[in-house]
Amino acid sequence: MSAIVPTAARADVEPAPGVDLGEIFRDSKVGEVLEGLDRDLVGLLPVKQRTREIAAFLLVSKARERQGLATGAPPLHMCFTGNPGTGKTTVARRMAEILHRLGYVRKGHLVDVTRDDLVGQYIGHTAPRTKDVLKRAMGGVLFIDEAYYLYRPENERDYGQEAIEILLQAMENQRDDLVVILAGYKDRMDTFFRSNPGMSSRVAHHIDFPDFTDAELDAIARLMLERMQYRFAPAAAAAMREYILQRRGQPNFANARSIRNALDRARLRQANRLFEEGGMATREALETIAESDVRASRVFAGLADAAPR
Amino acid sequence: MRLTQGTFSFLPDLSDAEIAAQIDYALAQGWSCVVEYTDDPHPRNTFWEMWCVPLFDLRDAAGVMQEVSACRAGHPHAYVKVNAFDSTRGFETTRLSFIVQRPKTEPGYAMARTETHGRVQRYTYTRRRDAADGRPLA
Repeated sequence: MSAIVPTAARADVEPAPGVDLGEIFRDSKVGEVLEGLDRDLVGLLPVKQRTREIAAFLLVSKARERQGLATGAPPLHMCFTGNPGTGKTTVARRMAEILHRLGYVRKGHLVDVTRDDLVGQYIGHTAPRTKDVLKRAMGGVLFIDEAYYLYRPENERDYGQEAIEILLQAMENQRDDLVVILAGYKDRMDTFFRSNPGMSSRVAHHIDFPDFTDAELDAIARLMLERMQYRFAPAAAAAMREYILQRRGQPNFANARSIRNALDRARLRQANRLFEEGGMATREALETIAESDVRASRVFAGLADAAPR
Repeated sequence: MRLTQGTFSFLPDLSDAEIAAQIDYALAQGWSCVVEYTDDPHPRNTFWEMWCVPLFDLRDAAGVMQEVSACRAGHPHAYVKVNAFDSTRGFETTRLSFIVQRPKTEPGYAMARTETHGRVQRYTYTRRRDAADGRPLA
């Protein structure tokens, strides 16, 4: 908050034809979104910091515009890199809200797509598909998850290249209409940018999402349960901490998403247990996840937690 | 003769900003837009050519305006209209339809009256010829 609210009457701000940044900040109600980001998301400090910086930059661009200073349209396209389940989509939604409140996008919705939504299956199929997605995203943010799959260097006739070209064109010519956020693993994203310099030069903001620590995952688990109006029995909380340690070492670990899946399965087991016990279920019983509900996970047996598909 | 079909047709032609505002209204109601054109705006001709597939799931007028401009560029001498379709059960019909482009000169239609049996009269509308070269406007 303090990083972007200017202290009142700073000495270096000219008083007469100045712009009150605080006023723009209040009018845009961007503070609420930033506070929400701080409150609702555990950890992710570098991400929150970068989001603030971008918000401050956009706010100052607005102020410069009001003063008639040359701004050009500030570059808005972004790239979110990080492992699965580190909050990229969640932050993208907040970012769309921030951009909307500052007036950089007209509607502020998020259109979440992957390669399948953009790339067609035969010649002439890709362009209409990509343009259709672009039209849906206009006035909001286009979030392309795992963007590097668009580019398949091993197949030079892959239609992904066509989608990239249409995207580039829209990113350049329709900057007023939409903002593109690319997301994916860091290393693959870097390769993608290296092989598509046009894309790289149009993406101004890069935000890296760190993995959550064990303590943060534990906090996330408790926060999620609280929102679902459940709580851990004391022994279950300890079991959950143990679960996090075990789960991290196993394949397909997806940070917060793994935690959410684990909690969903624990709720299933809790329901099943209560049902089999039969009789009256107290309110307390209905909202408590017992140790056995967590311990029953296959993760403790050293197996992958998800059933094979 | 100025063609008066659809909403706003008695008003001066809408500017692009006004068209976008109307489309924004339609999208806000949850209606889907489609762009259609024709060289035969006869009142009995309900089937205009579709310029593109109907534009579903749009949130902002920019996407529709893009198709409107493309249709205008592709058919500079045709009538172009935007329809907004409401899929709500019970409506399932066009809720708003307005012309967004008309040719520079509109020849209009001439009414011919034919006397038939008894006192019955029949009316037909035929397209007027363009005065300049005698061809119907395309």
